[in-house]
Amino acid sequence: MTLFPWLELAVVAPLLGVLVTLRRGDADISRNRRLVVSGFTLFCAIAAWLQFTLWPDTIAVSIGHKLLGFTPLELTQISAPLVPLTALLHFLTLLATLRTKMKRLAYGRVLFSETIQLATLASTSPVVVALLLAIGVAPAYEDLRARKAPTRMFGLFMGIYVALLLVGTLLGHSAWSGIRGGEAWHSVAGLMLIGAVLVRNGMVPFHTWMPHYVEHAAFGQAILFITPMIGAYAAVVLVLPIASEWQLRVMALLSLFTAAYAAGMSLVQTDPRRMFAYLFLSNSSMVLVGFELATPIGMTGALCLWISASLALTGFGLTIRAVEARLGSISLREFQGLYEHAPMLGVFFLLTGLASIGFPGTIGFVGAELLVEGVMETLPITGMAIVLAGALNGIAVMQAYFRIFTGKRRSVTISINTRWQEQVAIVTLALLIIGGGIYPQPGLMSRRRAVNEIHTTRIAAPPSEPAEASMWQLFPPLNPHSKTSPVSGRKS
Amino acid sequence: MSTDSVMSACGVLTVASPAAMLVALAAPALAMRSLSEHAIMRCVKMGVIVGLCSTLALAALMIVTHSPHVTVDLGKWVDLPEDGFHFTFKLIFDQLSTPFVVLTYLLCGTISAFASSYLHREPGFLRFFVCYALFLLGMVLAVAAGTIESLFTGWELVGLSSALLVGFFHDRADPVRNALRVWIVYRIADAAFLVAEVVLHHLTGAGDFDRMVGFGVWPGGTVDLTPGQALFAGSLLLVAAAGKSALVPFSGWLPRAMEGPTPSSAIFYGALSVHLGAFLLLRVSPVVQASLLLQVIVVTLGITTAIYAALTSRVQSDIKSSLAFASLSQVGIIVAEIGLGFHYLPLVHMIGHACLRTLQLLRAPSLLADYRQLENAFGGRYSQAASWSKLVPESLRGVAYRWAFERGYLDTFLYDWIARPTLKFFRWQQRREDKWTAWLTGTTSNSATTASGGVTDEIA
Repeated sequence: MTLFPWLELAVVAPLLGVLVTLRRGDADISRNRRLVVSGFTLFCAIAAWLQFTLWPDTIAVSIGHKLLGFTPLELTQISAPLVPLTALLHFLTLLATLRTKMKRLAYGRVLFSETIQLATLASTSPVVVALLLAIGVAPAYEDLRARKAPTRMFGLFMGIYVALLLVGTLLGHSAWSGIRGGEAWHSVAGLMLIGAVLVRNGMVPFHTWMPHYVEHAAFGQAILFITPMIGAYAAVVLVLPIASEWQLRVMALLSLFTAAYAAGMSLVQTDPRRMFAYLFLSNSSMVLVGFELATPIGMTGALCLWISASLALTGFGLTIRAVEARLGSISLREFQGLYEHAPMLGVFFLLTGLASIGFPGTIGFVGAELLVEGVMETLPITGMAIVLAGALNGIAVMQAYFRIFTGKRRSVTISINTRWQEQVAIVTLALLIIGGGIYPQPGLMSRRRAVNEIHTTRIAAPPSEPAEASMWQLFPPLNPHSKTSPVSGRKS
Repeated sequence: MSTDSVMSACGVLTVASPAAMLVALAAPALAMRSLSEHAIMRCVKMGVIVGLCSTLALAALMIVTHSPHVTVDLGKWVDLPEDGFHFTFKLIFDQLSTPFVVLTYLLCGTISAFASSYLHREPGFLRFFVCYALFLLGMVLAVAAGTIESLFTGWELVGLSSALLVGFFHDRADPVRNALRVWIVYRIADAAFLVAEVVLHHLTGAGDFDRMVGFGVWPGGTVDLTPGQALFAGSLLLVAAAGKSALVPFSGWLPRAMEGPTPSSAIFYGALSVHLGAFLLLRVSPVVQASLLLQVIVVTLGITTAIYAALTSRVQSDIKSSLAFASLSQVGIIVAEIGLGFHYLPLVHMIGHACLRTLQLLRAPSLLADYRQLENAFGGRYSQAASWSKLVPESLRGVAYRWAFERGYLDTFLYDWIARPTLKFFRWQQRREDKWTAWLTGTTSNSATTASGGVTDEIA
């Protein structure tokens, strides 16, 4: 059966949108054209996802394969939902951009970035992924440069990231690595790639570029650069297949520390953008922790959290952006009292914030529960950092909500309530957040299949007994025979 | 239709009716549609009446059929067959949960009737009842939960609705500050609960209460844990309960919670929410009783809280704070009763106390009128002078008064020893990061982002 090349279309469509942006004309008409392109990309991405779900074994006969003789783009269990997710985040961000902010957001760069991100997620070859990841940095850098914002820090960190990424891939994944051979090369390659992932995901001590970037870039561009968590994809495709156990363990500990540290830092921020950046850092660290501990339940939790945190934090960021569009730059030092005039924004801010911390009834709950279960099984003492991070993030979210939306009576001369475009974006994300929270099973099973796929790519030795597991030996389970996996099940 | 299926249907309705109420109130708000007060109240009445009637019907059937323990299994909400991991959605109606659910509906129904007048034409009328529905759902879910995940879900919903209602009058700064304080304590309690949940899963390999915290029908369950295991898991649960029920040292949030509207103060902090921690201890009482040391700790904490609250309540300058501490003294006694191994006594104590305190708090706004009426009846001034205070030496009275008036300096203690060092550390880190950023970018340091006097002082 020959299938329609929805995936290829989804990747190419934003590039066509870039061409649209080159035409000068009425700003509203141009904006509508770009929205149509982005909407079409989303449609194609969803179609590709459905096609993959319904006919998972028919990739080899796609039109792309027939024309080129090989499959340039393909979905996997890991990337299948991530492609439509990324397209959705781009579409909603463009949709929610108010006319007053149209000049700030460079649509061409956003659409180019979308193409690169979708192509990255639709590629499975490590070398191609590494190249696309390196190219993906360019639009963000160009955005900073075009805004005359400081580029030195971003350039420095991303330069290190790209260098480590490309050299590490060359050593660890290319045909050249096979020629040189040897465990030493793999070990060096693993370390370099881990370094690249740590820098891209902003793990401590390589994190300072992220708050700085979010603070100075166009906020829409910044949201789209970080929230799809493309750096986590780099960890899955490039690091997990070759990294050794001890390398993953070190990375897990660094990520755990970052989760708690960033959560604490989000408490003391007075700029909402920086607070958002630290909140994101904390969440993305939790995702990495789940990968690196390599237990099935922890990994499933991490993959669930990837999707939920992307959705929730994009919504959270869009709300802050909507607030800034109305009030200008605000400080969390003072109460803003916005609820009375924009209640929907207030409710959505709270909803997305709570979803990002895994509050019950939202999409993040199951992922967070599984992650805590998996992490604490492997690292019972240091694993508590993840619970601490969750608690601190919850405090930071509520604190920001109270600061921005309550605390004083604000008088306005014009309506600052949400526009219909923002309402569509808000309601769409809210439905996904609540719907995914109430009925999580399909998403969970999809992520569990992705974990199996990841395990098949691991060539390193099987996981050794965790060092901290000795703590559990003090409290052995009462009915060990009830366990069917390395992680305790909850049996009725 | 068999009796079992009727009981199951009643059990489902018990939880479904507040859930439906929440959807009916929140969905129009999400669609930017406003509801009239009349429509809101009709929706609330319907939800409460259906929930109450179904619970009463279930209770009647339990009595008639001599079924002291009814389990409503709604299937697996989350299931990972490969890992033998699942969250089951299960409700338990027994001698502990059924009276508490009935109490919840009765008090919430009373409060909704009171609030419809009290908050008439208040701009946040719908917001109040959305939070009310969230609270009712959380409370019923937590009380009737058959698994620890369901209890945790209800527990969190109660916490969120409580914090939002403390900050109900959100155009003023003080209610919002107090709401944040309440939320912080709740988050600490939630974290302890979450860790306890994972520990209990590991120890018992189960998530269901009837396997996790006692084989057998409540109150006769026994748990298969060693004293050390029970002490470890039980201590975490005790921290969670202490946060939720404002036991020492977390008592400071309770009077702050009175900043919310009187109906929510009455129902949450006088009657139901404040007892939720004690309820948790009662639900896991087999774990408490598996360790003598844990029992001693629970009793000590309960008595300490009771004495502290009794002293503090006597010198508060406003009636709601005074009632809050009076309420806390009873909660302390209830916790001590649980530690001593009683089951029905704390249950009856909780129910009676919740009803009395709701009445007192609802009468609080008209306290002066009530006093005037009393004095007219007496024909003179009503004196409250306590004779026992004369037994305390003169030199100690001032110190004791100051100590009680400052609420035992508990807030100051938590701030000085936990909040301030934590914030100081992260502010110091921020300054270091700013310097590092400035060095890398060649700009000046941006330390203004975390200057003191900012938002973090809210936590303090």
